[in-house]
Amino acid sequence: MNVNQHTPMASPYGQPQPSFGQPGYAPLDGSYPAPYAPYNGPASAYQPGAPPQGPVRGPPTSGPPPVSAPQQYNQYSQSQGSMQNGPPPPTQAPPRPAVSQPYNQGAMNLSGPHPSYPQHYGPPSTMQQVTNQMTGMQITSGPPTAAGPGYAPPHSSQPPVSTGYSAAPQASYTQAPPPVSSAPTQPPPPSGPAAPQQYYSGPPPPSQQPFNSSLPPTSQQQQQFTSSVPPHPPPQQTLPPSSYSGPVPTQSQPPVPPVSQAQQSFPTPQPPFSSAPPPVSQSSFATGPPPSAPGSFPPQGPPPSSQPGSFPPPGPPLTSAPSCQYPGPMPPQQQPPPSQPSPYHSGHHPPRPQMPPTSMAQSNHLPPGPQGPAGPPGPLQQPPSQPGMQTGYPPQQNGAFGQVRGPQPGYSGPYPGQPNYGAPAPAPPAQKRLDPDAIPSPIQVIEDDKAKTTEPFTTGVRGQAPPLVTTNFQVQDQGNASPRFIRCTAYNMPCTADMAKQSQVPLAAVIKPLATLPPDEAPPLVVDHGESGPIRCNRCKAYMCPYMQFIEGGRRFQCGFCSCVTEVPPHYFQHLDHTGKRVDCYDRPELSLGSYEFLATVDYCKNNKLPPPPAFIFLIDVSYNAVKSGMVNIVCQELKTLLDCLPRENPEVESAVRVGFVTYNKVLHFYNVKSSLAQPQMMVVSDVSDMFVPLLDGFLVNVNESRQVIESLLDQIPEMFADTRETETVFGPVIQAGLEALKAADCAGKLFVFHTSLPIAEAPGKLKNREDKKLIGTDKEKSLFQPQVGFYSSLAKECVAQGCCVDLFLFPNQYVDVATLAVVPVSTGGSVYKYTYFQAQSDQERFLNDLRRDVQKLVGFDAVMRVRTSTGIRATDFFGSFYMSNTTDVELAGLDCDKAITVEFKHDDKLSEETGALMQCAVLYTSCSGQRRLRVHNMAVNCCSQLADLYRNCETDTIINYFSKYAFRGVLSNPTKAVRETLVNQCAQILACYRKNCASPSSAGQLILPECMKLLPVYLNCVLKSDVLLPGADVSLDDRAYLRQLISCMDVAESHVFFYPRLLPVMKLESGSLPVAVRDSEERLSKGGVYLLETGLHLFLWVGASVQQELLLNIFGTPSFSQIDSNVTSLPVLDNPISQALRELIYSFRAQRSRYMKLMVVKQEDRAELIFRHFLVEDKSASGGASYVDFLCHMHKEIRQLLS
Amino acid sequence: MTTYQEFIQQNEDRDGVRFSWNLWPSSRLEATRLVVPVSCLFTPLKERPNLPPVQYEPVLCSRANCKAVLNPLCQVDFRAKIWACNFCFQRNPRGPAAPLIFLYVVDTCLEEEDLQALKESLQMSLSLLPPNALVGLITFGRMVQVHELSCEGIAKSYVFRGTKDLTAKQIQEMLGLTKPAVTGQQGRPLAPQDAAATCKFLQPVHRVDMNLTDLLGELQRDPWPVPQGKRPLRSTGVALSVAVGLLEGTFPNTGARVMLFIGGPPTQGPGMVVGDELKTPIRSWHDIQKDNARHLKKATKYYEALANRSATNGHSIDIYACALDQTGLLEMKCLSNLTGGHIVMGDSFNTSLFKQTFQRVFSKDYNGDFRMAFGGVLEVKTSRELKVSGAIGPCVSLNSKSPCVSENELGIGGTSQWKVCGLNPSTTLGIYFEVVNQHNAPVPQGGRGAVQFVTQYQHSNTQRRIRVTTIARNWADAQSQIQHIESSFDQEAAAVLMARLGVFRAESEEGPDVLRWLDRQLIRLCQKFGQFNKDDPTSFRLSESLSLYPQFMFHLRRSPFLQVFNNSPDESSYYRHHFVRQDLTQSLIMIQPILYSYSFHGPPEPVLLDSSSILPDRILLMDTFFQLVIYHGETIAQWRKAGYQEMAEYENFKQLLQAPLDDAQEILQTRFPMPRYIDTEHGGSQARFLLSKVNPSQTHNNLYAWGQETGAPILTDDVSLQVFMDHLKKLAVSSSA
Repeated sequence: MNVNQHTPMASPYGQPQPSFGQPGYAPLDGSYPAPYAPYNGPASAYQPGAPPQGPVRGPPTSGPPPVSAPQQYNQYSQSQGSMQNGPPPPTQAPPRPAVSQPYNQGAMNLSGPHPSYPQHYGPPSTMQQVTNQMTGMQITSGPPTAAGPGYAPPHSSQPPVSTGYSAAPQASYTQAPPPVSSAPTQPPPPSGPAAPQQYYSGPPPPSQQPFNSSLPPTSQQQQQFTSSVPPHPPPQQTLPPSSYSGPVPTQSQPPVPPVSQAQQSFPTPQPPFSSAPPPVSQSSFATGPPPSAPGSFPPQGPPPSSQPGSFPPPGPPLTSAPSCQYPGPMPPQQQPPPSQPSPYHSGHHPPRPQMPPTSMAQSNHLPPGPQGPAGPPGPLQQPPSQPGMQTGYPPQQNGAFGQVRGPQPGYSGPYPGQPNYGAPAPAPPAQKRLDPDAIPSPIQVIEDDKAKTTEPFTTGVRGQAPPLVTTNFQVQDQGNASPRFIRCTAYNMPCTADMAKQSQVPLAAVIKPLATLPPDEAPPLVVDHGESGPIRCNRCKAYMCPYMQFIEGGRRFQCGFCSCVTEVPPHYFQHLDHTGKRVDCYDRPELSLGSYEFLATVDYCKNNKLPPPPAFIFLIDVSYNAVKSGMVNIVCQELKTLLDCLPRENPEVESAVRVGFVTYNKVLHFYNVKSSLAQPQMMVVSDVSDMFVPLLDGFLVNVNESRQVIESLLDQIPEMFADTRETETVFGPVIQAGLEALKAADCAGKLFVFHTSLPIAEAPGKLKNREDKKLIGTDKEKSLFQPQVGFYSSLAKECVAQGCCVDLFLFPNQYVDVATLAVVPVSTGGSVYKYTYFQAQSDQERFLNDLRRDVQKLVGFDAVMRVRTSTGIRATDFFGSFYMSNTTDVELAGLDCDKAITVEFKHDDKLSEETGALMQCAVLYTSCSGQRRLRVHNMAVNCCSQLADLYRNCETDTIINYFSKYAFRGVLSNPTKAVRETLVNQCAQILACYRKNCASPSSAGQLILPECMKLLPVYLNCVLKSDVLLPGADVSLDDRAYLRQLISCMDVAESHVFFYPRLLPVMKLESGSLPVAVRDSEERLSKGGVYLLETGLHLFLWVGASVQQELLLNIFGTPSFSQIDSNVTSLPVLDNPISQALRELIYSFRAQRSRYMKLMVVKQEDRAELIFRHFLVEDKSASGGASYVDFLCHMHKEIRQLLS
Repeated sequence: MTTYQEFIQQNEDRDGVRFSWNLWPSSRLEATRLVVPVSCLFTPLKERPNLPPVQYEPVLCSRANCKAVLNPLCQVDFRAKIWACNFCFQRNPRGPAAPLIFLYVVDTCLEEEDLQALKESLQMSLSLLPPNALVGLITFGRMVQVHELSCEGIAKSYVFRGTKDLTAKQIQEMLGLTKPAVTGQQGRPLAPQDAAATCKFLQPVHRVDMNLTDLLGELQRDPWPVPQGKRPLRSTGVALSVAVGLLEGTFPNTGARVMLFIGGPPTQGPGMVVGDELKTPIRSWHDIQKDNARHLKKATKYYEALANRSATNGHSIDIYACALDQTGLLEMKCLSNLTGGHIVMGDSFNTSLFKQTFQRVFSKDYNGDFRMAFGGVLEVKTSRELKVSGAIGPCVSLNSKSPCVSENELGIGGTSQWKVCGLNPSTTLGIYFEVVNQHNAPVPQGGRGAVQFVTQYQHSNTQRRIRVTTIARNWADAQSQIQHIESSFDQEAAAVLMARLGVFRAESEEGPDVLRWLDRQLIRLCQKFGQFNKDDPTSFRLSESLSLYPQFMFHLRRSPFLQVFNNSPDESSYYRHHFVRQDLTQSLIMIQPILYSYSFHGPPEPVLLDSSSILPDRILLMDTFFQLVIYHGETIAQWRKAGYQEMAEYENFKQLLQAPLDDAQEILQTRFPMPRYIDTEHGGSQARFLLSKVNPSQTHNNLYAWGQETGAPILTDDVSLQVFMDHLKKLAVSSSA
């Protein structure tokens, strides 16, 4: 893809793109301008990551990073290869080298555009930066080595920088061996993609401009950005370096070219990093661009010079430009396809650098194979671009982008968006866009991680981060909980609160206590400690676990959490071996495993009485809307079979779960389905103001015993209400009814509520329509997320006390106030499902699958979760679907296998590196057979006294999970704008801290990201522009409230795909293996392609307008694009490999997610495409959300501000 | 010239009226001096085979200043049951032709056996109902369920929480009986909906016969667990409230019977009589006297409010209480007393007492019509010389202030109209009058005073009917014609009327006070009419027309209507309930039970209700109205035990044994409610029923019986009739009194 993007970049498209960027940025710019300057800083950040560590951590970091880096590169390359098409390879090689250089240059890419700048600041700074970067991150970026060479030339040709860079990069690359290797393979792709990633530089451009204006240095910095990114550029750009920064300042900078390089440079920085993500990408970029870059460079060279002159002028324009630039960047993103260059170019392009960029682009394009041709054009263009650059520095950016795209004629074609861009593009000819391919690519990181993970993950090593959630891997429990149960944001916790505060990295764990394990992993073993119950520490009550140290010959044990010494009860005594371990250590799960279960004794039960089996109560809305939509009929039909699938622990035995039925509209109807009855009996309760259960015996029944009566009931319900004219419903009393029923039966259980409308009938919990769009964006917006009445909160409390979990299925045709209705489900550990405008025909499948899964899934009741930690840290905050009546106990009326709880930790003392930090999550619950159990998950992480260690062992996906939950809770009490700002600030602080303390010194213009966090900006941006935080005009309040609560209990895998959807090119589908995903940007879509996009909630099949007939025939059974029915929700079953593979793919996607995804077929340029586009999260969103490139720029700016 | 006896009997047969005095004193003062007020027992629906039914009550326009009579020129909307007056265009609801309604309110907190028996009785009763009668079913335990009868397939019911007091409006809303305002606005015809709504719960028997039979068959005991040491939670109060609310909302002013079947006291919610803790026993008279009955006042007030609402709508409420312990009749009695409903008390639903009594509710007359009428309104009109002081009986005041209403109230006064929601041929009211004329302006001699009773009611054939009874009596000057007046005294009627006054007082006053009042009245009467020499008790004589009166009073004083000792509050309420509604004959039996003696010495003969009548070679049959006791004398009992009756040669003995059984059977078959049938013998524990009734002429205190025919001594400290009379004479002749 990247390649593609690049190519386009190269091509004229670039221009259009700019427009994109601009609009989006525009707003940002206002604020950002200054930031740009900071960006430079960021650039450095990149490097820092690498550099700082390089030296000190060099070994470690480099070790791991390189690996990743290489892989990533490889991936890139691969991906690119596949996506972009061959072209890259050749080019890639060059790019990489470039990358190395680019770093500095990368930054310069920006500079590229800003040739003038470069001159000012650029040249010198770039050089330095470059070097720095080179040494540091960039080196790693080295991986691009391959590229390196490519670039090298250009670089070399260009100032020393290039050489230097090249050298450095290479070195790094070499280190990165993998990278290198990868480089080769990757070359093609890397160049493209990498570059884009580095786009960081991209953002810089905009910033740069501001910078320029504001600070001369800025320009440099900018350059750095670019530089960092654009190793390539460096060469060319040395000038550009500044130019990189230039992008912003760009204009000035010759760096422009650098920009392109900048991208590369990013990669470079990464390499050091560990190939911090950015670097990696950079490298790749570098690779990509390099080749072209070389060519371009030369041209650039000139431009720069010329630019210098221009710069001054640009300067002023810069300011303005900045905004433009932003836009510029935006376009780049769009251009992404052209990605490689575009970003760079974007920034730089406009400037002469374009030339280089173009060249870069070309290179990229080249890789794309198909683009190959484009490549050429690129070069060609370059020349032109150069001119353009000079003239239009400001415009350059845009232009650059545009150009980039231009190159990819083919691609451009496909992108519908482009045309639009086109328009804007012209304006910003000066584009300094970052090449989207030059900024860190999520896809690259994901693919790298996949490639890296070859062996089962063993949990025995403390402080070791597990593979990403996107990677398939097997887990071996060796004393710590599987990452399927617990994922931490940081596997090296800072020893002190000061460090933690300084870094701002959230210390949190996402715990999914009842997670479903793959079949090849054994579920937690059950331990029975007899009548006296599980053995626990006397003081802190921690349960027996591998962290307990047995002393005095095994007669006592010392608690790993609180250090208290406890006597071993005689029946549990065992001798120790010579190492001090109990000889039965491996016979006992609680001494050797991270996760296991204890059988609980009556002491752990309510009222000291073993609980009866839980009950399921189905409460069905039978008002007019419910009947008319077909919901009632569907539910009743389905329940007949579904009741045979109630959860059970032993498949041999029939489920112990009892069931009950209620229907309701304005009044409630209970059903007596006692087995002795010939016919069910209906009992109407109209006294909704004071709900009660009218019957006990016969309401909750065993399915098998009452089967006939139940079936008769389910047959009759739809008939009975077929002619109902009742439109009003109640809701509060419905839950009360279920709750009272469970109370009466003295058991825990779950309510399945099927509800359609706003409960306006006179009853407790009555609601009024308060959907007021005018409040959106105001300080009062938060009130829309708050429950309308306090009734449901107190009801929820009662539910929790009884162990009554509520699952809510909504079928609204209009506003139902999800924010209020969801209070009880959310507080009781339940789920909310929403089927807006439910229609039996099209939504039945999704609903039924959700229902089936919801009924069948493993669930625990009346649960209490307690997280104990070793002295020094403390669980202070919890996020998820639960209720807390004190500060430590998480109470869950129900806890199912899909629910995750995010726990935040804070220091209350120092931690020691020796013992690390321990945590034990114990969940006491009632199983579906009524057994009381304790599930224990143990987790140990390292503690570090060096910040670098922290940054090296954290997990961005988990951090994002935490951030999103934190932010989504924040909207309850703060304006969304404030919440967004808080997020951006914290993220900037995290990165700035890294830059400041962990990255090797480098120009402030460089954006340097830690390897483990190089995707933080892109993901964070996705969070920021989510519907909750930044709603589009068409997003209803209910949708936002729905998503808000949905996120609150997502685990990392779900939140990841939710925020960064998976986009697969179907046309590359082969049975047996998944094609490499494509980045979520319109630019990455080929008009001739078919793509599958999944978010965990939605599933789209996007069909390009010029897809080959054969493909259409294979998938849809029709050769004509126009005959595709976009209303179908499933694909026809056709006997050909493509169809089979695609359907299997869809099936497997659905199987992976906790909710069934309805398939939506989206035809290009169809109206529905708007919806689809919403999920292309790297692009600027309709609601005003920044594109990835723009956001990166903004982030860079923020970081720089923090650093200055 | 006929005797007064014959005259009285004729009048009763013809008019259903028995006056205490058949000559009326001509002035108020004189009337007061007669002690027993001028009053009568009136049986409005006394069966009169030859009585031509009076046609419809004319239907009047409801506009006060119009009152035109419904006529053929009026427009009638049969669907909406509305007719428009063709004179003033007032729209009037159409009254007549409302169906009978029977609403069963069934307690499900019963023992399995009891519930089964009750279900069978209820199912059986369906066949006794007129086919077009509407029937409804409410069951209750911890919850109250109103069953929908029109549904197929699935049995539907509306459930109410047993602890919550709901207003009629809420109940009607919850039952969906109120018309939604929306539909009204849309101008859609309401009638069909309305009909459908009511039909849900009250359906013609012929249509839901099968459904309801099945429904009753599937009726389960209240499913809520009753923990050890607790009573089942029984929501009688809410159930009644729902029943009343349902009828109120659907069929106001239409004849309806709420039939409440309970197996225990209300234990929760409004109308609760006792808590569910078994360790707290239900209130006794002792508790009540000590003001220790927590729920009494509240519950009574609650049921009274319900009863009044029900009475206002013309619906009567029956209570069928079958339990070994009390069921709260004391608190609930007003439900029946004010609405003319029945109270039946038994030990179990699985007894013939209940089963047959219940069956008898649906008995029919020679025309094939049910012996029940609804929504009766009794109006009393008097000639100028008389005013109405009040009435005592199963009625409520309609607060109709007419010129003939006296300011002095006796019983339920202050009105000339009473509503009697439920009537049967034996329903009898005591009506008390006051002579208006002052002593100095007495009614002229030779004149006649007249009283007219106008009774409007809904006949069981759904017609509305009106029965008018007019009587007249001569005025007499008490100075000059005291002899005549004395001989016109109807001592039986007077005893019953005075007893009603006593019972009425007993409801609100302390027992001893009532007895003192009664004694004083008796002494004054004796002073007034007795012939004696001052301070010479032995000279005391009473004329024939008063001779039995003191004896009635003696037994009345000992009766459960005034004595609560040995009776539970529920029993007292039960006895009093029946006492104030039965006709004269039955009332007298209640006051002074009838005792028959069977022996080889002759045909069966009535004997003195005296311990001296208890002889070894006699079989006694005592009818107290509530009990039928067959008592075998010591010798007879021994013979019977020896089995002589089985031997052919002792056929006569067998016949002797059979004779009282046959007589008892005759009584059993006609009386409502069916009396408790007791077959006992000398020394049997149940003999106490007899021993407690007879005059204790022989007790362990005065055991002078050494002869053969001395009867059985009674172990009691109660005074005997002889002692009572001695005291009475002494007091009557006393100059100081």
